[in-house]
Amino acid sequence: MADVPSNAPSHCPGTGSDNAGKASACQGCPNQAFCASGASKATDPAIQEIKDKMASVKHKILVLSGKGGVGKSTFSAHLAHGIASDDSKQVALLDADMCGPSIPKIMGVEGEQVHQSGSGWSPVYVEENLGIMSIGFLLSSLDDAVIWRGPKKNGLIKQFLRDVDWGEVDYLIVDTPPGTSDEHLSIVQYLSATQVDGAVIITTPQEVSLQDVRKEINFCRKVNLPIIGVVENMSGFVCPKCQHESQIFPPTTGGAMKMCKDLSIPFLGKVPLDPRIGKSCDEGKSFLTEIPGSSATVVYKDIIHRIQEHCATHQSDVEATA
Amino acid sequence: MSQDIQSKLMVGILDIDLCGPSIPRMLNVLNSAVHQCDAGWVPVYVDKDKTMCIMSIGFLLETPDDAVIWRGPKKTALIKQFISDVAWGELDYLIVDTPPGTSDEHISVVECLRQHKPDGALLVTTPQAVSIGDVRRELTFCKKTGLPVVGIIENMSGFVCPNCSECTNIFSSGGGEALAEQSRVPFLGCVPLDPQLSHSLEEGRNFIQAFPKSATFDAINNIVEKILSNNNESSTLHT
Repeated sequence: MADVPSNAPSHCPGTGSDNAGKASACQGCPNQAFCASGASKATDPAIQEIKDKMASVKHKILVLSGKGGVGKSTFSAHLAHGIASDDSKQVALLDADMCGPSIPKIMGVEGEQVHQSGSGWSPVYVEENLGIMSIGFLLSSLDDAVIWRGPKKNGLIKQFLRDVDWGEVDYLIVDTPPGTSDEHLSIVQYLSATQVDGAVIITTPQEVSLQDVRKEINFCRKVNLPIIGVVENMSGFVCPKCQHESQIFPPTTGGAMKMCKDLSIPFLGKVPLDPRIGKSCDEGKSFLTEIPGSSATVVYKDIIHRIQEHCATHQSDVEATA
Repeated sequence: MSQDIQSKLMVGILDIDLCGPSIPRMLNVLNSAVHQCDAGWVPVYVDKDKTMCIMSIGFLLETPDDAVIWRGPKKTALIKQFISDVAWGELDYLIVDTPPGTSDEHISVVECLRQHKPDGALLVTTPQAVSIGDVRRELTFCKKTGLPVVGIIENMSGFVCPNCSECTNIFSSGGGEALAEQSRVPFLGCVPLDPQLSHSLEEGRNFIQAFPKSATFDAINNIVEKILSNNNESSTLHT
């Protein structure tokens, strides 16, 4: 059972069960009185509030990675740009990386402020159909560090999900920090009452990075988060002068494609290393519209298309079961 | 870097990236186990002469694919144990490899090490503005916690095509140096993007022994020399 604490006595019935605090195994447990009072069964009221809020959001996508610096935020930003290039789609991008919020910079809205309205915080709009929320908008200077332990970060994530006035949204993309810790657990927990379409996992080709991706996949399986697929980023660099392709981060164990095959999860594509991608991010522009003809753009568009397809089938599945 | 210091001194590496420990693979001790002794946990030694030892959560997992899905307090507890209960023995340098960010792990390790007076922090960045932005926040973290900054290193700064020797700045260039100047901390040097380096790390080979003539080796060596000359009477570094 999921709600049995790791340090509980053996045969603990679980804090959420009807027998909590009343089973024979509860005798002598320091939390017996607490469990018996029924307080442990109460769920966080925020989960219900978030569910109500998310009723106006059609698709929710998490972007995860094992390692830092593999291109999560870059990908999240381009996923948002790509979907929002269709004017009929309303896109929201939530930056859940509290300690290293890079989304404002990549989207070219660094230094903007969030406004309060009657219905909550207003996201910052890059385009009419693309809104963003990030802790970067709440800091007074670019040097400000967010030196917070877990509970404070969780509190803000809760606020971001519950108190932001997203309006009617087709896609909510959540950009997460690296790892499998507080932020990830909280997002999954707070969204547990809503239908999350799934997670996109970003990696680089080397084994050092893939090893962490396997951990991330195990995390998704443990918390029942569907996996939309894996994107291999920084995979091969084509010299602009002689067109020779080099593997800067060598796929010594076959790269992400082989790993996906072994673990039977979808592989979404390989994005090549292109210096212009990093440059457009630094300038806060969309690479997809800056250099529309490049091979990286073609790959991006294909991946974005596949993610949208996944979401569409996910939705019909949900409707069928409902 | 530690492999370079190792040629002269005793080095310990503490990997506190609990969700993504990479140090064991990079130093080719992936399948080692941690043992107990009277003085505490015995770190894993990389070489026969016992000049370099490592402690990482990677050694405590059953399989390398196991995910460590922990919230802050549990991570803090393990870091405390790593610092107080590992039998490091006599060391010249302890290098602490941290995860990205300024959160639980960082607060905890700085708190635990405060009584041991750490020499300072090395900040590693890539040249593009997006990465520099995060390092600015890291600098503020060091300032607020009273941790001295040894300097900034710019990694992945330029790639030389093996075919035509054209140097491309894949992640732009010069960002690390500009930041160091602006925030008045020492700039220690640039390390180029080198597929041979990532290849060595993948296989856990010692890059410094395998490619002693490469430009990357010179770059790393220069940085290490600078750090060592800064710290003549020291014991703890912190990346």
